[in-house]
Amino acid sequence: MPPTTCIRCQTNRAVVKRPKNHHKVCKECFLAAFEDEVHHTITSSKLFQRGERIAIGASGGKDSTVLASVLKTLNERHDYGLDLILLSVDEGIKGYRDDSLETVKRNASQYEMDLKIVGYDELYGWTMDQVVETVGKKGNCTYCGVFRRQALDRGAKMLKIKHVVTGHNADDIAETVLMNLLRGDLPRLSRSTSIVTGHAASEVKRSKPLKYAYEKEIVLYAHHKKLDYFSTECIYSPEAFRGTARSLIKTLEKVRPSAILDIVRSGEDMARLTPDKDQSSCACDEGESMGGCGSANGRSSGNELAEMEASLKKQSNHASLETDVSAKSNATVPDTVELPLRTHRKEGLGTPLQKLGQCTKCGYMSSQSICQACMLLDGLNKNRADIAI
Amino acid sequence: MGEAMTSAAIPVVVEFSGGLEMLFADKQRLTLNVPATDKDNKPATIAYLVDYLCEEEMGDARKDLFVLDGHLRPGILVLINDADWELEGEEAYELQSGDNVLFVSTLHGG
Ligand SMILES: [Zn+2]
Ligand SMILES: [Zn+2]
Repeated sequence: MPPTTCIRCQTNRAVVKRPKNHHKVCKECFLAAFEDEVHHTITSSKLFQRGERIAIGASGGKDSTVLASVLKTLNERHDYGLDLILLSVDEGIKGYRDDSLETVKRNASQYEMDLKIVGYDELYGWTMDQVVETVGKKGNCTYCGVFRRQALDRGAKMLKIKHVVTGHNADDIAETVLMNLLRGDLPRLSRSTSIVTGHAASEVKRSKPLKYAYEKEIVLYAHHKKLDYFSTECIYSPEAFRGTARSLIKTLEKVRPSAILDIVRSGEDMARLTPDKDQSSCACDEGESMGGCGSANGRSSGNELAEMEASLKKQSNHASLETDVSAKSNATVPDTVELPLRTHRKEGLGTPLQKLGQCTKCGYMSSQSICQACMLLDGLNKNRADIAI
Repeated sequence: MGEAMTSAAIPVVVEFSGGLEMLFADKQRLTLNVPATDKDNKPATIAYLVDYLCEEEMGDARKDLFVLDGHLRPGILVLINDADWELEGEEAYELQSGDNVLFVSTLHGG
Protein backbone atom coordinates (compact mmCIF):
# COMPACT_ATOMS: atom_id res chain seq x y z
CA MET A 1 0.00 0.00 0.00
CA PRO A 2 1.36 3.46 -0.85
CA PRO A 3 1.67 5.79 2.14
CA THR A 4 -1.46 7.84 2.79
CA THR A 5 -1.19 11.60 3.17
CA CYS A 6 -2.66 13.30 6.25
CA ILE A 7 -6.15 14.67 5.59
CA ARG A 8 -5.51 17.70 7.81
CA CYS A 9 -2.13 19.07 6.82
CA GLN A 10 -1.98 17.40 3.41
CA THR A 11 1.74 17.04 3.97
CA ASN A 12 2.87 14.33 6.34
CA ARG A 13 2.34 10.61 6.17
CA ALA A 14 -0.85 9.51 7.94
CA VAL A 15 -0.20 7.13 10.83
CA VAL A 16 -3.56 7.10 12.61
CA LYS A 17 -7.01 6.18 11.35
CA ARG A 18 -9.44 7.83 13.73
CA PRO A 19 -12.26 5.51 14.82
CA LYS A 20 -14.88 8.25 15.15
CA ASN A 21 -14.68 9.64 11.60
CA HIS A 22 -12.21 7.43 9.72
CA HIS A 23 -9.92 10.41 9.16
CA LYS A 24 -6.38 9.45 8.30
CA VAL A 25 -4.03 11.84 10.04
CA CYS A 26 -0.35 12.29 10.76
CA LYS A 27 1.16 12.14 14.22
CA GLU A 28 1.24 15.91 14.83
CA CYS A 29 -2.32 16.45 13.58
CA PHE A 30 -3.56 13.51 15.64
CA LEU A 31 -2.03 14.82 18.87
CA ALA A 32 -3.45 18.29 18.19
CA ALA A 33 -6.93 16.98 17.36
CA PHE A 34 -7.00 14.78 20.46
CA GLU A 35 -6.05 17.72 22.69
CA ASP A 36 -8.54 20.05 21.01
CA GLU A 37 -11.33 17.57 21.57
CA VAL A 38 -10.58 17.14 25.26
CA HIS A 39 -10.45 20.93 25.55
CA HIS A 40 -13.84 21.08 23.86
CA THR A 41 -15.27 18.52 26.31
CA ILE A 42 -13.92 20.55 29.23
CA THR A 43 -15.18 23.93 28.07
CA SER A 44 -18.54 22.81 26.72
CA SER A 45 -19.43 21.06 29.97
CA LYS A 46 -17.86 23.80 32.11
CA LEU A 47 -15.94 21.20 34.02
CA PHE A 48 -13.48 23.43 35.85
CA GLN A 49 -13.40 26.76 37.59
CA ARG A 50 -10.46 29.09 37.66
CA GLY A 51 -8.31 28.55 40.71
CA GLU A 52 -9.78 25.12 41.39
CA ARG A 53 -7.57 22.45 42.98
CA ILE A 54 -7.92 19.23 41.06
CA ALA A 55 -6.69 15.80 42.05
CA ILE A 56 -5.96 13.51 39.12
CA GLY A 57 -6.60 9.91 40.09
CA ALA A 58 -3.31 8.40 38.96
CA SER A 59 -2.62 4.70 38.68
CA GLY A 60 0.42 4.91 36.43
CA GLY A 61 -1.63 3.25 33.70
CA LYS A 62 -2.26 4.66 30.23
CA ASP A 63 -5.58 6.41 30.89
CA SER A 64 -4.56 8.39 33.93
CA THR A 65 -1.13 9.16 32.49
CA VAL A 66 -2.68 10.53 29.29
CA LEU A 67 -5.16 12.49 31.40
CA ALA A 68 -2.39 14.07 33.48
CA SER A 69 -0.33 14.91 30.39
CA VAL A 70 -3.25 16.42 28.46
CA LEU A 71 -4.52 18.40 31.45
CA LYS A 72 -1.08 19.86 32.01
CA THR A 73 -0.82 20.81 28.33
CA LEU A 74 -4.29 22.36 28.21
CA ASN A 75 -3.95 24.11 31.57
CA GLU A 76 -0.91 25.91 30.20
CA ARG A 77 -2.10 26.40 26.63
CA HIS A 78 -5.54 27.76 27.50
CA ASP A 79 -4.71 29.22 30.90
CA TYR A 80 -7.35 27.30 32.88
CA GLY A 81 -5.71 28.48 36.09
CA LEU A 82 -5.96 25.04 37.71
CA ASP A 83 -3.84 23.66 40.51
CA LEU A 84 -3.28 20.04 39.43
CA ILE A 85 -2.01 17.32 41.73
CA LEU A 86 -1.64 13.57 41.30
CA LEU A 87 -3.49 11.33 43.75
CA SER A 88 -2.58 7.66 43.95
CA VAL A 89 -3.91 4.85 46.07
CA ASP A 90 -1.71 2.21 47.62
CA GLU A 91 -3.77 -0.86 48.45
CA GLY A 92 -1.03 -2.19 50.67
CA ILE A 93 -0.25 -5.35 48.73
CA LYS A 94 3.43 -6.10 49.09
CA GLY A 95 5.15 -5.76 45.74
CA TYR A 96 2.02 -5.14 43.70
CA ARG A 97 2.04 -1.35 43.41
CA ASP A 98 5.78 -0.87 43.45
CA ASP A 99 6.22 -0.51 39.69
CA SER A 100 3.09 1.51 39.07
CA LEU A 101 3.83 3.86 41.98
CA GLU A 102 7.34 4.32 40.64
CA THR A 103 5.75 5.32 37.31
CA VAL A 104 3.49 7.81 39.05
CA LYS A 105 6.49 9.27 40.88
CA ARG A 106 8.30 9.77 37.59
CA ASN A 107 5.15 11.35 36.11
CA ALA A 108 5.01 13.75 39.04
CA SER A 109 8.47 15.07 38.22
CA GLN A 110 7.90 14.97 34.44
CA TYR A 111 4.71 17.02 34.78
CA GLU A 112 5.93 19.07 37.75
CA MET A 113 2.93 18.14 39.82
CA ASP A 114 2.64 17.33 43.51
CA LEU A 115 1.94 13.69 44.24
CA LYS A 116 -0.02 12.32 47.19
CA ILE A 117 -0.11 8.61 47.80
CA VAL A 118 -2.80 7.49 50.23
CA GLY A 119 -2.73 4.00 51.68
CA TYR A 120 -5.62 1.71 52.52
CA ASP A 121 -4.24 1.65 56.05
CA GLU A 122 -4.80 5.42 56.39
CA LEU A 123 -8.19 5.28 54.68
CA TYR A 124 -9.65 2.13 56.17
CA GLY A 125 -7.32 1.02 58.91
CA TRP A 126 -6.59 -2.13 56.92
CA THR A 127 -4.07 -2.90 54.20
CA MET A 128 -5.12 -5.46 51.60
CA ASP A 129 -2.45 -7.81 52.90
CA GLN A 130 -4.07 -7.66 56.33
CA VAL A 131 -7.48 -8.25 54.76
CA VAL A 132 -6.13 -11.34 53.03
CA GLU A 133 -4.70 -12.58 56.31
CA THR A 134 -8.13 -12.26 57.84
CA VAL A 135 -10.51 -13.42 55.12
CA GLY A 136 -8.17 -15.63 53.14
CA LYS A 137 -7.35 -15.28 49.50
CA LYS A 138 -10.75 -16.22 48.24
CA GLY A 139 -12.71 -13.11 49.04
CA ASN A 140 -10.08 -10.45 48.78
CA CYS A 141 -11.03 -9.23 45.28
CA THR A 142 -14.40 -8.14 46.55
CA TYR A 143 -12.83 -6.11 49.33
CA CYS A 144 -10.31 -4.56 47.03
CA GLY A 145 -12.97 -3.59 44.49
CA VAL A 146 -15.29 -2.05 47.06
CA PHE A 147 -12.48 -0.23 48.84
CA ARG A 148 -11.00 1.03 45.61
CA ARG A 149 -14.30 2.51 44.51
CA GLN A 150 -14.20 4.93 47.43
CA ALA A 151 -10.48 5.34 47.91
CA LEU A 152 -10.00 8.36 45.65
CA ASP A 153 -12.90 10.24 47.19
CA ARG A 154 -11.77 9.47 50.71
CA GLY A 155 -8.21 10.40 49.79
CA ALA A 156 -9.32 13.69 48.26
CA LYS A 157 -11.39 14.47 51.32
CA MET A 158 -8.36 13.87 53.52
CA LEU A 159 -6.43 16.36 51.41
CA LYS A 160 -9.33 18.82 51.40
CA ILE A 161 -9.62 18.63 47.62
CA LYS A 162 -13.13 18.88 46.25
CA HIS A 163 -12.71 17.69 42.70
CA VAL A 164 -11.22 14.42 41.46
CA VAL A 165 -10.78 13.67 37.76
CA THR A 166 -10.36 10.12 36.51
CA GLY A 167 -9.17 8.64 33.25
CA HIS A 168 -12.39 6.86 32.32
CA ASN A 169 -12.69 6.78 28.55
CA ALA A 170 -15.49 6.26 26.03
CA ASP A 171 -14.91 2.49 25.98
CA ASP A 172 -15.28 2.33 29.77
CA ILE A 173 -18.53 4.30 29.64
CA ALA A 174 -19.91 2.25 26.75
CA GLU A 175 -19.08 -0.89 28.69
CA THR A 176 -20.91 0.34 31.78
CA VAL A 177 -23.89 1.47 29.71
CA LEU A 178 -24.14 -2.00 28.17
CA MET A 179 -23.81 -3.74 31.52
CA ASN A 180 -26.54 -1.67 33.07
CA LEU A 181 -28.72 -2.07 30.01
CA LEU A 182 -28.36 -5.83 30.25
CA ARG A 183 -29.18 -5.69 33.95
CA GLY A 184 -32.19 -3.49 33.29
CA ASP A 185 -30.80 -0.86 35.64
CA LEU A 186 -31.65 2.41 33.96
CA PRO A 187 -31.09 4.68 36.95
CA ARG A 188 -27.55 3.46 37.27
CA LEU A 189 -27.12 3.61 33.52
CA SER A 190 -28.06 7.26 33.62
CA ARG A 191 -25.57 8.01 36.37
CA SER A 192 -22.78 6.22 34.58
CA THR A 193 -23.08 8.44 31.52
CA SER A 194 -22.87 11.81 33.22
CA ILE A 195 -19.55 13.54 32.94
CA VAL A 196 -19.73 14.81 36.51
CA THR A 197 -20.84 12.63 39.38
CA GLY A 198 -21.05 13.39 43.04
CA HIS A 199 -24.02 14.19 45.14
CA ALA A 200 -24.83 17.80 45.94
CA ALA A 201 -24.31 16.89 49.56
CA SER A 202 -21.16 14.92 49.07
CA GLU A 203 -17.96 16.83 49.42
CA VAL A 204 -16.10 15.42 46.48
CA LYS A 205 -17.04 15.94 42.87
CA ARG A 206 -15.81 13.50 40.26
CA SER A 207 -15.45 14.06 36.57
CA LYS A 208 -14.25 12.31 33.45
CA PRO A 209 -12.60 14.67 30.94
CA LEU A 210 -11.72 11.73 28.64
CA LYS A 211 -15.32 10.58 28.48
CA TYR A 212 -15.49 10.96 24.69
CA ALA A 213 -11.98 9.70 23.98
CA TYR A 214 -11.61 6.26 22.44
CA GLU A 215 -9.38 3.87 24.29
CA LYS A 216 -7.62 3.22 21.01
CA GLU A 217 -6.73 6.89 20.70
CA ILE A 218 -5.61 7.08 24.31
CA VAL A 219 -3.17 4.25 23.65
CA LEU A 220 -2.02 5.91 20.44
CA TYR A 221 -1.67 9.29 22.15
CA ALA A 222 0.50 7.73 24.85
CA HIS A 223 2.53 5.94 22.20
CA HIS A 224 3.13 8.87 19.85
CA LYS A 225 3.73 11.30 22.69
CA LYS A 226 6.12 8.73 24.18
CA LEU A 227 4.50 8.99 27.58
CA ASP A 228 5.96 7.05 30.44
CA TYR A 229 3.24 4.71 31.64
CA PHE A 230 3.00 1.36 33.32
CA SER A 231 1.68 -1.06 30.79
CA THR A 232 2.43 -4.47 32.10
CA GLU A 233 -0.81 -4.73 33.94
CA CYS A 234 -2.84 -7.78 34.60
CA ILE A 235 -4.86 -8.70 31.53
CA TYR A 236 -7.18 -11.12 33.25
CA SER A 237 -10.74 -10.05 32.93
CA PRO A 238 -11.74 -8.21 36.07
CA GLU A 239 -15.06 -9.94 36.46
CA ALA A 240 -16.86 -12.33 34.16
CA PHE A 241 -19.74 -10.05 33.22
CA ARG A 242 -17.61 -6.92 32.70
CA GLY A 243 -15.11 -8.95 30.71
CA THR A 244 -17.87 -10.11 28.40
CA ALA A 245 -19.21 -6.59 27.94
CA ARG A 246 -15.69 -5.40 27.19
CA SER A 247 -15.07 -8.05 24.52
CA LEU A 248 -18.44 -7.29 22.98
CA ILE A 249 -17.53 -3.61 22.69
CA LYS A 250 -14.17 -4.35 21.12
CA THR A 251 -15.83 -6.67 18.63
CA LEU A 252 -18.44 -4.04 17.77
CA GLU A 253 -15.69 -1.47 17.32
CA LYS A 254 -13.97 -3.74 14.85
CA VAL A 255 -17.08 -3.93 12.69
CA ARG A 256 -18.25 -0.36 13.22
CA PRO A 257 -15.78 1.94 14.95
CA SER A 258 -18.32 4.65 15.70
CA ALA A 259 -20.33 2.15 17.78
CA ILE A 260 -18.51 3.10 20.97
CA LEU A 261 -19.45 6.78 20.90
CA ASP A 262 -22.90 5.82 19.64
CA ILE A 263 -23.43 3.68 22.74
CA VAL A 264 -22.23 6.54 24.96
CA ARG A 265 -24.66 8.92 23.24
CA SER A 266 -27.51 6.42 23.46
CA GLY A 267 -26.75 6.11 27.15
CA GLU A 268 -26.97 9.88 27.54
CA ASP A 269 -30.28 9.96 25.68
CA MET A 270 -31.69 7.18 27.83
CA ALA A 271 -30.48 9.07 30.90
CA ARG A 272 -32.73 11.96 29.91
CA LEU A 273 -35.70 9.60 30.16
CA THR A 274 -34.79 8.62 33.69
CA PRO A 275 -36.46 11.06 36.06
CA ASP A 276 -34.14 10.64 39.05
CA LYS A 277 -30.89 11.26 37.30
CA ASP A 278 -29.73 13.90 39.73
CA GLN A 279 -30.94 12.30 42.88
CA SER A 280 -28.03 10.21 43.94
CA SER A 281 -24.95 10.08 41.89
CA CYS A 282 -23.20 7.08 43.22
CA ALA A 283 -21.31 5.87 40.22
CA CYS A 284 -20.44 2.48 41.63
CA ASP A 285 -19.34 0.03 39.03
CA GLU A 286 -17.18 2.40 37.13
CA GLY A 287 -14.32 2.46 39.58
CA GLU A 288 -13.49 -1.11 38.85
CA SER A 289 -11.84 -0.35 35.58
CA MET A 290 -9.18 1.63 37.37
CA GLY A 291 -6.19 -0.57 37.70
CA GLY A 292 -8.06 -3.82 37.48
CA CYS A 293 -7.89 -6.65 39.88
CA GLY A 294 -5.49 -5.46 42.51
CA SER A 295 -5.01 -8.71 44.28
CA ALA A 296 -1.88 -10.74 44.36
CA ASN A 297 -4.35 -13.47 43.69
CA GLY A 298 -5.15 -12.05 40.27
CA ARG A 299 -5.33 -15.43 38.67
CA SER A 300 -8.59 -16.29 40.36
CA SER A 301 -11.14 -17.38 37.83
CA GLY A 302 -13.96 -15.21 36.61
CA ASN A 303 -16.41 -17.60 38.17
CA GLU A 304 -14.92 -17.16 41.56
CA LEU A 305 -15.21 -13.41 41.21
CA ALA A 306 -18.74 -13.68 39.96
CA GLU A 307 -19.60 -15.79 42.99
CA MET A 308 -18.08 -13.19 45.27
CA GLU A 309 -20.03 -10.46 43.56
CA ALA A 310 -23.18 -12.47 43.90
CA SER A 311 -22.76 -13.15 47.58
CA LEU A 312 -21.82 -9.56 48.24
CA LYS A 313 -24.93 -8.41 46.44
CA LYS A 314 -27.05 -10.74 48.47
CA GLN A 315 -25.53 -9.31 51.56
CA SER A 316 -26.38 -5.79 50.55
CA ASN A 317 -29.87 -6.73 49.43
CA HIS A 318 -29.32 -5.94 45.80
CA ALA A 319 -30.33 -9.46 45.03
CA SER A 320 -33.76 -8.89 46.50
CA LEU A 321 -34.08 -5.79 44.36
CA GLU A 322 -33.48 -7.85 41.28
CA THR A 323 -35.94 -10.57 42.16
CA ASP A 324 -38.43 -7.96 43.16
CA VAL A 325 -38.27 -6.29 39.81
CA SER A 326 -38.48 -9.38 37.71
CA ALA A 327 -41.36 -10.70 39.76
CA LYS A 328 -43.44 -7.57 39.53
CA SER A 329 -42.54 -6.13 36.21
CA ASN A 330 -45.13 -8.04 34.23
CA ALA A 331 -47.87 -7.07 36.65
CA THR A 332 -47.60 -3.34 36.02
CA VAL A 333 -47.07 -2.58 32.40
CA PRO A 334 -45.39 0.80 32.46
CA ASP A 335 -46.05 3.48 29.90
CA THR A 336 -43.18 4.88 27.91
CA VAL A 337 -41.77 7.20 30.53
CA GLU A 338 -42.52 5.41 33.79
CA LEU A 339 -39.72 2.97 34.38
CA PRO A 340 -40.34 -0.15 36.41
CA LEU A 341 -37.25 0.25 38.52
CA ARG A 342 -38.29 3.72 39.55
CA THR A 343 -41.72 2.58 40.62
CA HIS A 344 -40.33 -0.15 42.80
CA ARG A 345 -37.71 2.08 44.27
CA LYS A 346 -40.40 4.48 45.41
CA GLU A 347 -42.28 1.66 47.06
CA GLY A 348 -39.26 0.80 49.14
CA LEU A 349 -37.56 -2.51 49.27
CA GLY A 350 -37.53 -3.60 52.85
CA THR A 351 -34.08 -2.14 53.32
CA PRO A 352 -34.17 1.41 54.59
CA LEU A 353 -33.16 3.54 51.66
CA GLN A 354 -31.47 6.82 52.41
CA LYS A 355 -33.27 9.66 50.74
CA LEU A 356 -30.08 11.56 50.19
CA GLY A 357 -28.20 8.46 49.18
CA GLN A 358 -25.44 8.74 51.74
CA CYS A 359 -23.89 6.22 54.05
CA THR A 360 -24.85 6.97 57.63
CA LYS A 361 -21.42 5.88 58.83
CA CYS A 362 -18.99 7.59 56.49
CA GLY A 363 -21.12 9.96 54.44
CA TYR A 364 -20.07 8.39 51.16
CA MET A 365 -22.70 8.19 48.42
CA SER A 366 -24.63 4.99 48.78
CA SER A 367 -28.01 3.64 47.85
CA GLN A 368 -28.10 1.76 51.15
CA SER A 369 -28.04 3.24 54.64
CA ILE A 370 -24.61 1.75 55.15
CA CYS A 371 -22.25 1.65 52.21
CA GLN A 372 -20.55 -1.52 51.03
CA ALA A 373 -17.17 -0.44 52.33
CA CYS A 374 -18.49 0.30 55.82
CA MET A 375 -20.35 -2.99 55.79
CA LEU A 376 -17.18 -4.90 54.90
CA LEU A 377 -15.16 -2.92 57.45
CA ASP A 378 -17.76 -3.67 60.10
CA GLY A 379 -17.37 -7.34 59.38
CA LEU A 380 -13.60 -7.13 59.40
CA ASN A 381 -13.43 -5.24 62.65
CA LYS A 382 -16.03 -7.37 64.44
CA ASN A 383 -14.75 -10.68 63.37
CA ARG A 384 -11.11 -10.53 62.46
CA ALA A 385 -10.79 -14.24 62.23
CA ASP A 386 -13.74 -15.37 60.22
CA ILE A 387 -16.13 -13.25 58.24
CA ALA A 388 -18.89 -15.19 56.64
CA ILE A 389 -19.16 -14.01 53.06
CA MET B 1 9.00 -7.93 -2.80
CA GLY B 2 11.43 -10.81 -2.55
CA GLU B 3 12.04 -13.53 -5.10
CA ALA B 4 10.22 -16.80 -4.70
CA MET B 5 12.85 -18.38 -2.53
CA THR B 6 11.12 -20.74 -0.19
CA SER B 7 13.93 -20.87 2.29
CA ALA B 8 14.30 -17.09 2.57
CA ALA B 9 13.54 -15.37 5.83
CA ILE B 10 12.46 -11.82 6.65
CA PRO B 11 14.09 -10.13 9.61
CA VAL B 12 11.48 -8.25 11.68
CA VAL B 13 11.25 -6.78 15.14
CA VAL B 14 8.10 -7.60 17.08
CA GLU B 15 7.16 -5.66 20.22
CA PHE B 16 4.46 -6.23 22.85
CA SER B 17 2.80 -3.84 25.24
CA GLY B 18 -0.28 -3.38 27.38
CA GLY B 19 0.14 -6.74 29.10
CA LEU B 20 0.65 -8.91 26.02
CA GLU B 21 4.29 -9.43 26.95
CA MET B 22 3.00 -11.75 29.65
CA LEU B 23 2.06 -14.23 26.93
CA PHE B 24 5.59 -14.15 25.56
CA ALA B 25 7.63 -14.90 28.66
CA ASP B 26 7.58 -11.20 29.66
CA LYS B 27 9.60 -10.27 26.59
CA GLN B 28 8.76 -6.84 25.25
CA ARG B 29 10.81 -7.19 22.11
CA LEU B 30 11.61 -10.09 19.83
CA THR B 31 14.02 -10.06 16.92
CA LEU B 32 12.80 -12.70 14.50
CA ASN B 33 13.58 -14.20 11.16
CA VAL B 34 10.17 -15.08 9.82
CA PRO B 35 9.89 -17.42 6.80
CA ALA B 36 9.26 -15.28 3.73
CA THR B 37 6.42 -17.44 2.51
CA ASP B 38 3.71 -19.49 4.13
CA LYS B 39 3.03 -23.17 3.45
CA ASP B 40 1.07 -22.28 0.30
CA ASN B 41 4.05 -20.30 -0.97
CA LYS B 42 2.24 -16.98 -0.44
CA PRO B 43 4.20 -14.01 0.92
CA ALA B 44 4.23 -13.79 4.71
CA THR B 45 1.59 -11.39 6.00
CA ILE B 46 0.62 -10.07 9.43
CA ALA B 47 -1.93 -12.90 9.64
CA TYR B 48 0.94 -15.32 9.06
CA LEU B 49 3.06 -13.54 11.65
CA VAL B 50 0.28 -13.88 14.22
CA ASP B 51 0.09 -17.64 13.59
CA TYR B 52 3.85 -17.87 13.67
CA LEU B 53 3.99 -16.08 17.03
CA CYS B 54 1.39 -18.42 18.49
CA GLU B 55 3.20 -21.51 17.32
CA GLU B 56 6.82 -20.55 17.76
CA GLU B 57 7.06 -17.89 20.42
CA MET B 58 4.11 -18.01 22.79
CA GLY B 59 5.08 -19.66 26.04
CA ASP B 60 1.59 -19.46 27.43
CA ALA B 61 -1.48 -21.62 27.04
CA ARG B 62 -3.87 -18.68 26.95
CA LYS B 63 -3.76 -18.25 23.20
CA ASP B 64 -7.29 -16.84 23.26
CA LEU B 65 -5.94 -13.65 24.82
CA PHE B 66 -4.14 -13.07 21.54
CA VAL B 67 -6.19 -14.82 18.87
CA LEU B 68 -9.94 -15.24 18.75
CA ASP B 69 -11.81 -17.16 16.04
CA GLY B 70 -8.72 -17.36 13.89
CA HIS B 71 -8.04 -13.61 13.94
CA LEU B 72 -6.11 -11.25 16.14
CA ARG B 73 -8.29 -10.56 19.14
CA PRO B 74 -10.36 -7.37 18.82
CA GLY B 75 -8.99 -4.74 21.18
CA ILE B 76 -5.37 -5.41 20.27
CA LEU B 77 -3.85 -2.54 18.30
CA VAL B 78 -1.16 -3.16 15.75
CA LEU B 79 1.35 -0.54 14.65
CA ILE B 80 3.43 -1.35 11.60
CA ASN B 81 6.47 0.93 11.54
CA ASP B 82 4.55 3.25 13.87
CA ALA B 83 1.49 3.42 11.61
CA ASP B 84 -1.94 2.09 12.48
CA TRP B 85 -2.29 -1.26 10.69
CA GLU B 86 -5.70 -0.13 9.47
CA LEU B 87 -3.77 2.12 7.08
CA GLU B 88 -1.62 -0.75 5.89
CA GLY B 89 -4.12 -3.43 5.03
CA GLU B 90 -4.38 -5.06 8.47
CA GLU B 91 -3.88 -8.84 8.39
CA ALA B 92 -3.17 -8.80 4.64
CA TYR B 93 -0.12 -6.55 4.98
CA GLU B 94 2.93 -8.30 3.53
CA LEU B 95 5.95 -8.23 5.81
CA GLN B 96 9.00 -6.35 4.58
CA SER B 97 12.55 -6.77 5.70
CA GLY B 98 13.28 -4.65 8.77
CA ASP B 99 9.63 -4.03 9.69
CA ASN B 100 8.77 -3.16 13.24
CA VAL B 101 5.44 -4.60 14.36
CA LEU B 102 4.05 -3.50 17.71
CA PHE B 103 1.09 -5.27 19.35
CA VAL B 104 -0.64 -3.30 22.11
CA SER B 105 -3.48 -4.67 24.17
CA THR B 106 -6.19 -2.19 25.10
CA LEU B 107 -8.24 -4.84 26.86
CA HIS B 108 -7.33 -3.56 30.24
CA GLY B 109 -8.06 -0.23 31.85
CA GLY B 110 -5.55 1.92 33.59
ZN1 LIG C 1 -1.09 16.23 9.45
ZN1 LIG D 1 -19.82 4.12 54.47
